[in-house]
Amino acid sequence: MAVTSTKTALGLTAGAMRSALSQGAVLALVLAGVYLLFDNTQENLALRGIESGFAFLEQEAGLPIGDSLIDYDPTRSYGYAFLVGVLNTLFVSVLAIIGATVLGVIVGVSRVSRNWLLAKVAAIYVETLRNLPLLLTLFFVYSVVIAALPHPRDAIGLIDGVYLSKRGFYLPRPQAGPGFAVFAIGTAVALMLGIVFWRWAARHKIRTGRSVPGFRGGLAIFVGLAGFAFLLGGSPVSGELPVYSGFNFKGGMVMRPEFTSLLIGLVLYTAAYIGENVRSGIQSVDAGQIEAANALGVSSAVVTRKVLLPQALRVTIPATTNDYASLVKNSSLAVAIGYPDMVSIGGTIIGQNGQAVEIIAMWMAVYLTINLVISVGMNYLNARVQHAQR
Amino acid sequence: MNKVLKLGAATAAAMTVAGAVHAGTLDKVREAGELACGVSEGVPGFSNPNSEGVWVGFDVDFCRAIAAAILGDAEAVRYVPLASKQKVLAVSSGQVDLTSRTTTWTMKRDTTEGVDFTAVVYYDGQGFMINAATGVESAKEMDGATVCVTTGTTTELNLADFGRSNDLQLEPVVFEGKHEAVEAYKSGRCDALTTDMSQLAAFRTSFADPSAHRILPEVISKEPLAPLVAHGDNQWKDLVTWVVFGLIAAEDLGITQANVAEQAANATAPNIKRLLGSSGDTGGFIGLDGDWMVKAISAVGNYGEIFGRNLTATLGMERGLNAQWKDGGILYAMPIR
Repeated sequence: MAVTSTKTALGLTAGAMRSALSQGAVLALVLAGVYLLFDNTQENLALRGIESGFAFLEQEAGLPIGDSLIDYDPTRSYGYAFLVGVLNTLFVSVLAIIGATVLGVIVGVSRVSRNWLLAKVAAIYVETLRNLPLLLTLFFVYSVVIAALPHPRDAIGLIDGVYLSKRGFYLPRPQAGPGFAVFAIGTAVALMLGIVFWRWAARHKIRTGRSVPGFRGGLAIFVGLAGFAFLLGGSPVSGELPVYSGFNFKGGMVMRPEFTSLLIGLVLYTAAYIGENVRSGIQSVDAGQIEAANALGVSSAVVTRKVLLPQALRVTIPATTNDYASLVKNSSLAVAIGYPDMVSIGGTIIGQNGQAVEIIAMWMAVYLTINLVISVGMNYLNARVQHAQR
Repeated sequence: MNKVLKLGAATAAAMTVAGAVHAGTLDKVREAGELACGVSEGVPGFSNPNSEGVWVGFDVDFCRAIAAAILGDAEAVRYVPLASKQKVLAVSSGQVDLTSRTTTWTMKRDTTEGVDFTAVVYYDGQGFMINAATGVESAKEMDGATVCVTTGTTTELNLADFGRSNDLQLEPVVFEGKHEAVEAYKSGRCDALTTDMSQLAAFRTSFADPSAHRILPEVISKEPLAPLVAHGDNQWKDLVTWVVFGLIAAEDLGITQANVAEQAANATAPNIKRLLGSSGDTGGFIGLDGDWMVKAISAVGNYGEIFGRNLTATLGMERGLNAQWKDGGILYAMPIR
């Protein structure tokens, strides 16, 4: 039906009025539905004598958690145990996002490479990983690849203090020595100077038109000064070595198989999708743009950085936002391979308390928050990229 | 708009129906013509699909006995495999009519989680299995060991308790499913596997070389396993409880699958006559026909037969605590009169 321009008393067109009314009606219905659902749930919980509310979060958890970023023991509360799970979820998600982005860009660029072999390998990788359920990839990495490693007593020793076994990847734990303060301060100063140089170079170039290698120069300043501070501190960092005793390695740091498998699985899986985003981004840039840039005679690296990438990102970023969000949600598959993420620990809490409504609400709140943060960040990035051209 | 209204009305109607689910589980089962019975996802001997895909086992036989007592048909059961963390919720929410699935009767579950336990069908306790090559003879020697465990169970809590009270550093690896935990143990990810003793024995029989794995002597907890029903339907709770007691009493009285029909017709002992409905009305107490136990025993046999068929014959498990009270066990049915 055509929208008429007759204004109503409120100054709205009839079409807008109708639209506002119907939207209001839908909203009222949804709210009524939510209320009914809530009321019904409460009534049923009360009927069956199921406790509700979040008071249980204060109680002693008593459950064991194998992998925790913060100090945890079973005398802590359920709320604290859940926090351990949230941090584990965040930790693996952040690392996986970084890994998947790096690998994804490599795969995406490889797919459009003129090197036939490279392009084919990338294509096979993408098609394989995208068509396998993530759970299978996880099981494969966990039960086939990592389980095939030797027992800790026959661990593969790469160098002193670095061991590979089916119980995990053991590394020396860095420990601060006496000269650590000198080193730390030196590093901070070096970082600052490096950045200052980088920014000065950029401004200098705009002012004079002369190119100064800002990034490389800044990096050199940072590495040089930090290295100097390291020597000055008299090797301020040592490592506590893992040593095999009894059942397992003691001391050092460990990347447990569950964590490692989840990380590898998420990176491999998500990188396939991000690779496709990067490929479509690159292919979306009009060939004429590249030809025109090449005609100016600047190096192909500059063409890539200044012409190709900014335009490719425009297409790549929105799609990648979705993949990041999926990655975070997919991390919940951890439960199948025994990594104590938020869903695994929350599931245990449900098993002990039966307070599923509360825990599920908490899961939803955390996932929603993480994904909104990702979304906001990526939208900001996207807005900057969009702004940069046309 | 019309569609939205219809959807809203349908949702409201669905929620009203959901609210009324618990009014009379017995009537619901009769109407549906089948019993929705929650079982495990597969524990040999207890509940496991056989090679033809038919659910068999100790826990399964209690589902069958209850279906037989109500509907006269032991096959009228719909089995719902439940993970550990779902088992309580599935019952309290009405998804299943009862759960017959290695579930420990704990105070918290019984009082705050919307379920009621019926009668104990198996007195179990948690233990450890460890690779015999480690030379470990006692759970107290396990300091520093990695232990595979299933999430959402009392097992997980007992493991933490045991470590705390004995000052042992035990590193847990917690899995969603029993199968994954067992596989991880088999692959050498963990030094030890912990769960109820009965299940350790059950899983060990499925290993390529059972003798390479040792079940340690320590029993670190009491695990009375009992079928559970939703809180609030007392008639239904009574029914499930007394079918279990009936099967235990049947063994006590020497009534078997083979002789139940003959006993029902000719027995003169008043205990047996009451149980089998040839005098009095024990079935009527719980809303069933007088021959409720005749049907149940004809379908699955008495408690001893259920135990022998599923646990002794296949897993070589002994009766132990689960022997009748007069044979040195603690199995004791409340008087059926």
